[in-house]
Amino acid sequence: MSAVVNTVREETPFRRFVSRFAEDRIAVAGFVIFVLIVLAAVLAPLYAPQNPYDLARVDLMDSRLPPGAKSLEGFTMLLGSDGVGRDIFSAIFYGLRISLAVGAVSCLIAASVGMTMGLIAAYFGGRVETLIMRLVDLQLSLPSVLVALILVAMFGKGVDKIILALVLVQWAYYARTVRGSALVERRKDYVKAARCLGLPDARIVFGEILPNCLAPVIVVATVQTAHAISLEATLSFLGVGLPQTEPSLGVLIANGFQYMMSGKYWISFFPGLALLITIVAINLVGDRLRDVLNPRLER
Amino acid sequence: MDAPVLNVEGLKTHFFTRAGVVKSVDGVSLQLAPGEILGLVGESGSGKSVTGFSILGLIDPPGRIVEGTVRLEGRDLTTLDDKAMSRVRGKDLAMIFQDPMMTLNPVLKISTQLIETVLAHAPVSKAEARQRAIAALAMVGIPSPEERIDAYPHQFSGGMRQRVAIATALLHRPKVIIADEPTTALDVTIQSQILAKMQELCREIGTAMIWITHDLSVVAGLADRVAVMYAGRIVETGPVGAVLDFPHHPYTQGLIGSVPSHAEPGARLAQIPGATPSLSALPDGCAFAPRCAKAIGLCRREAPQIEPLGMASVACHVAQGTGGLE
Amino acid sequence: MFAFILRRAGQGLLVIAVMVVLVFFGVNVVGDPVWILVSPDMTQDQIAEVARSLGLDRPIQEQFFLFVGGILQGELGRSFVHGTPAIGLILERMPATLELALVALMLAIVVGIPLGLYAGLYPDSAPARGIMAVSILGFSLPTFWVGLMLIMVFSVMLGWLPATGRGPVGHFLGIPTSLVSWQGWVHILLPAINLALLKISLVIRLARAGAREAVLQDYVKFARAKGLGRGRIVGVHILKNIMIPIVTILGLEFGSLVAFSVVTETIFSWPGMGRLLLEAIQRLDRPVIVAYVIVVVCLFVVINLMVDIIYSLLDPRVRLSEAAT
Repeated sequence: MSAVVNTVREETPFRRFVSRFAEDRIAVAGFVIFVLIVLAAVLAPLYAPQNPYDLARVDLMDSRLPPGAKSLEGFTMLLGSDGVGRDIFSAIFYGLRISLAVGAVSCLIAASVGMTMGLIAAYFGGRVETLIMRLVDLQLSLPSVLVALILVAMFGKGVDKIILALVLVQWAYYARTVRGSALVERRKDYVKAARCLGLPDARIVFGEILPNCLAPVIVVATVQTAHAISLEATLSFLGVGLPQTEPSLGVLIANGFQYMMSGKYWISFFPGLALLITIVAINLVGDRLRDVLNPRLER
Repeated sequence: MDAPVLNVEGLKTHFFTRAGVVKSVDGVSLQLAPGEILGLVGESGSGKSVTGFSILGLIDPPGRIVEGTVRLEGRDLTTLDDKAMSRVRGKDLAMIFQDPMMTLNPVLKISTQLIETVLAHAPVSKAEARQRAIAALAMVGIPSPEERIDAYPHQFSGGMRQRVAIATALLHRPKVIIADEPTTALDVTIQSQILAKMQELCREIGTAMIWITHDLSVVAGLADRVAVMYAGRIVETGPVGAVLDFPHHPYTQGLIGSVPSHAEPGARLAQIPGATPSLSALPDGCAFAPRCAKAIGLCRREAPQIEPLGMASVACHVAQGTGGLE
Repeated sequence: MFAFILRRAGQGLLVIAVMVVLVFFGVNVVGDPVWILVSPDMTQDQIAEVARSLGLDRPIQEQFFLFVGGILQGELGRSFVHGTPAIGLILERMPATLELALVALMLAIVVGIPLGLYAGLYPDSAPARGIMAVSILGFSLPTFWVGLMLIMVFSVMLGWLPATGRGPVGHFLGIPTSLVSWQGWVHILLPAINLALLKISLVIRLARAGAREAVLQDYVKFARAKGLGRGRIVGVHILKNIMIPIVTILGLEFGSLVAFSVVTETIFSWPGMGRLLLEAIQRLDRPVIVAYVIVVVCLFVVINLMVDIIYSLLDPRVRLSEAAT
């Protein structure tokens, strides 16, 4: 018996998940592109021809050069330069670092907050649940852009404040998702068994229920990361997001807006393209994850 | 027999799925005389419903009629394009479906759904069409049709909805109606009402009918002739009395044996061993052979052809005696 | 029916009340608008004078009660920047925003439903795949970037359409609108497309899913068995069934169109209340922000109520009396 088991490659849930995911080539392509983007962003200082925020390296004489022009330092500006002479190519990958970091951090915090609130609502029920879920409903009934705008109106500019606003916009999605699955899990026998054993509430909630609610959370997290990146870019573009000292892709695009009318498209176009590719890649992965992890939703 | 109003010859409807070709209907021939009621009997998956849809030309991809003709008063319907076919459907050839809850469009009034059917085939005014629709509802026994006609389907019970469907089918006094198990989804008392109504109306209008069912007792009370289908083919056909009282085909015998009313009280119910074969991987020879107690070597090699035997026609080597004493 | 509307209106008032409290305290607790309005060379006395003139020197709860009292009289405070009543500023710009959102909504329906219907009826055809690819892209494209690209292509490169501003405003049935003139339509086209893009993608998805489900239904097969033409089946039997969820969801999405118009109005210099909000946020003009939120939340409540009523009219299976119980 054991010999047979050893020869057959063990089918773990994770392996099954990976092979199911890989059935969709477009999703795999999305995943690969996303990994490449993350690597490119993280490693930007290693290969970018210019550190766009090192003022000693940026020369105003280089400003608004079209794609392919040579800079004063002699390197080629593949995607042109912006209004103050920064190399767009370099600026995009430095900008990606900020955009991705803001998206990822806000999602992590929002997921933690939202999951905790959702679990509390599902596990304790009663007034606590009503209060939390009413808040969630109220917030989800308003468009996220509007909520985010109001929040930045309260908080003001700055990385920490934008992240806070994004967290407040997003936590409700996680709370709703987790509460939904936790309500199902709560009725299952293993939770009853854990209660009979007299395990503490926190242990049951986080140790027993939470791991079983993670699949839908992963799907929501993927989609919400893309959403957060897009929302941050929108706010920054509108001039109420990140400051010029933290130039995310949205800030770069905003900087190019004024040159758009004179036909100098590249200052806004290429950062926007980078933003688009990032969001599409994440959404492709998210779509596939939804199919694989949540077969009830898709036929 | 009079010149048949409907003549189906060698009909083959196959579904080309990813898992292979499903031969739902594989060489069905049947004739229907004017005003005659034919019971088309078989288990689920035997191809009886697909036969009905094929006659109306309502087979959607991946399915397709690959062979055979369907002649309505001599005109081959399989050669008509969709537009010409839609002039036949609902006018000369109508159909009633199994589940009255799903047949009527839930968001359109009964009046809309009836009137559009009138207007699709008759050049009359809207007011005239409405009068005809009300008359049709009255004919199928819906009380105060002038008021009820402006209701929505969900305001009707299942039996009433089936009556509306029947009224729709009868609007243009079709030559042939195909009724696909129209009483299966209804309560037993409603069932017999609908059966009686259909029989009465067909006689009155002179419509011929194919009544598709898995229920032999329905056929016994309603039909003039019966055709038994198994795995996409007709295995036995003939006058109801002859086939039900003296079945030749082992499958027909098995079907009759498994009707509870035929058994002695307390006796073990007869049943046909095994299950219907997969239509994408039919065995060589007779499709029923693997389940047949009387099967002989020939049955597994060669498919029997349907040939006259007594008052009926049968496709069985054993019944036909062609196998000799193997 | 009446009881249902009353009930929903009551719920709506509650939502508005909660939002008033949340937003007022949120906006007033964080940040100090005085510092934006005073110039650096002002003396302490002058600053205090500015604060007093705006009522900012009073305790926060007092400010709140003054504010609530104002709301009940239809007065939402004065703009710090403009010096005029905030509610007046908003209402003055509301028609431009509603006009833009309505045209975008129409575009979403007119473009989205036929495309989605086609993609649902012929799911495996090449055009259908193209439609779906565009729709997925439409979901991912950031609105503001699409706006820039539209300006780049249609205004800068091709020179077909104006990139900024609203056309001449005329009056139609007493409502100020730019849709009465050709120039008005020329000006609204790009911003409306920009605003509609996300909703077009949404409608395509909804219509496609609805059509795919509807064609499998028995009532469609029965309609064919009745001898109806394809046009009648698609245009009446299928369309009427898929319109119900689409209209419901689009109605609810109208609010999000108004919210997203902040982005579109900024890009296309559209003189609506979204751009006003953005200016107010940048200058910390608190009364205008609060007034905007209250107006928009009221708008949402009214829209949701209207959608409920329309839904019950469209779908005979739903009766409002049932929904109320």
